[in-house]
Amino acid sequence: MALSHDEVLAGLAEIVNEETGIDTASVLAEKSFTNDLDIDSISMMTIVVNCEDKFGVKIPDEEVKSLLTVGDAVNFIVAAQG
Amino acid sequence: MTSKIVVTGLGATTPLGGDVASTWRALLAGESGISTLEHEWVARHELPVTFAGQAKVRAAEVLTLQETKRLDPSSQFALIAAREAWADAAVENVEPERIAVEFATGIGGVWTLLDAYDTLIEKGPRRVLPMTVPMLMPNGPAAAIGMDIAARGGVRTAVSACASGTEAIANAITRLRSGEIDVVLAGGCEAAMHPMPMAAFAAMHALSRRNDEPSKASRPYDVNRDGFVMGEGAGALVLETEEHALARGAKIYAELAAGAVTSDAYHITAPDPEGSGAARAVLMALEHANATIDDVKHINAHATSTPVGDIAEYHALLRVFGDKLAGIPVSATKASTGHLLGGAGAIEAIFTVLALKDKVAPPTINLDDQDPEIKLDVVTSPRELEDNILAISNSFGFGGHNAVVVFRSYNR
Repeated sequence: MALSHDEVLAGLAEIVNEETGIDTASVLAEKSFTNDLDIDSISMMTIVVNCEDKFGVKIPDEEVKSLLTVGDAVNFIVAAQG
Repeated sequence: MTSKIVVTGLGATTPLGGDVASTWRALLAGESGISTLEHEWVARHELPVTFAGQAKVRAAEVLTLQETKRLDPSSQFALIAAREAWADAAVENVEPERIAVEFATGIGGVWTLLDAYDTLIEKGPRRVLPMTVPMLMPNGPAAAIGMDIAARGGVRTAVSACASGTEAIANAITRLRSGEIDVVLAGGCEAAMHPMPMAAFAAMHALSRRNDEPSKASRPYDVNRDGFVMGEGAGALVLETEEHALARGAKIYAELAAGAVTSDAYHITAPDPEGSGAARAVLMALEHANATIDDVKHINAHATSTPVGDIAEYHALLRVFGDKLAGIPVSATKASTGHLLGGAGAIEAIFTVLALKDKVAPPTINLDDQDPEIKLDVVTSPRELEDNILAISNSFGFGGHNAVVVFRSYNR
């Protein structure tokens, strides 16, 4: 069963927290991964594969570049769940 | 006249304590850092050896989440020890180009390597972490320290198995004498308490199997010794020229008088039973220190608690010191710490420095019944040392590596 936006956001926030220590409450849709949350490319790669595992989706490398904000990632994952 | 080299900072994380002060206190108190491993993998793999010298303070309690995620456990220990040593030395306003790192490991990032391989097999290549290569490379600990203290004068890694830590300190002397560098952060680390190296060392019957009495297992020179005990952690020393240390008003623990490295070319794992290579290292180091055998008043022995190794070192020492040997107090501190492999020489150098500074030789625990073939004056309870003396620390490694460093009491 497909997860809602809120459920994906909560799951993504947990993954971000586990990788970087950033408080889950700071992981909001409008935040930019690099500019606001200060997440570098190395952590981003780990977050991407952990999202793939958690949500059962594929996030191709070329797609990752366009996922600038948390909201972009949530939207992509929700859509990819089909 | 070449400049003296002095020790101005110390740092350590060991099975006895999370820093130098707690480690030294526990060592003098005759404590053991060896205990049963509680990890589930010990039973899962049915390891024949179920105990080791685990770091007393977990690295994750000291470092940030990002540091624990991006550094192999060996580099984590290295960073903890290096930061303590650097803060202790209070080095400030030194040009980064005149600071170097000489930091050793025996095995390197073995946890990272094997975890990454497991991930590859179980989950495929996309799941292998992007930081895997910099985490597993043996120069990882030295590089992490170099970044942390902004050392731009060269960052190097001696890799010579269990002689690595001592060799790194010996290498630091060469750097400082070159005149290119003012300060070196030197030392060694190891974090190989993973089931594979544990199984491999057990397979060669190098490890003690005293599973029912872990704290009694590391017993150098005892007639019932049956192998070494794996330990983990790191030791770090800040070394600089005497002029540099005096000019900035640094406190000085001891003089690093000399170091020497030789090799056996005899057998890949067995020590040369005649100990000629090891003896040559001691003699060469004493010569570099402008000292004679009569000046040596304390020895921190390599003494890993293996039946063959302890006696080979004794024979080497006998070659050097002859009938003088019986009068030199010898400490075998692996009895308390276990064997930190690439970190061993570093923490034992620290023990040697503190023995000179505090004028006390640390005890060798578990010596219940001294091997009658090893006629050493083994220190079994803290023993007072004189002032203005010379002490040596030995390390030997698989591959036939012999490394010796010589320290001298420092008084202005």
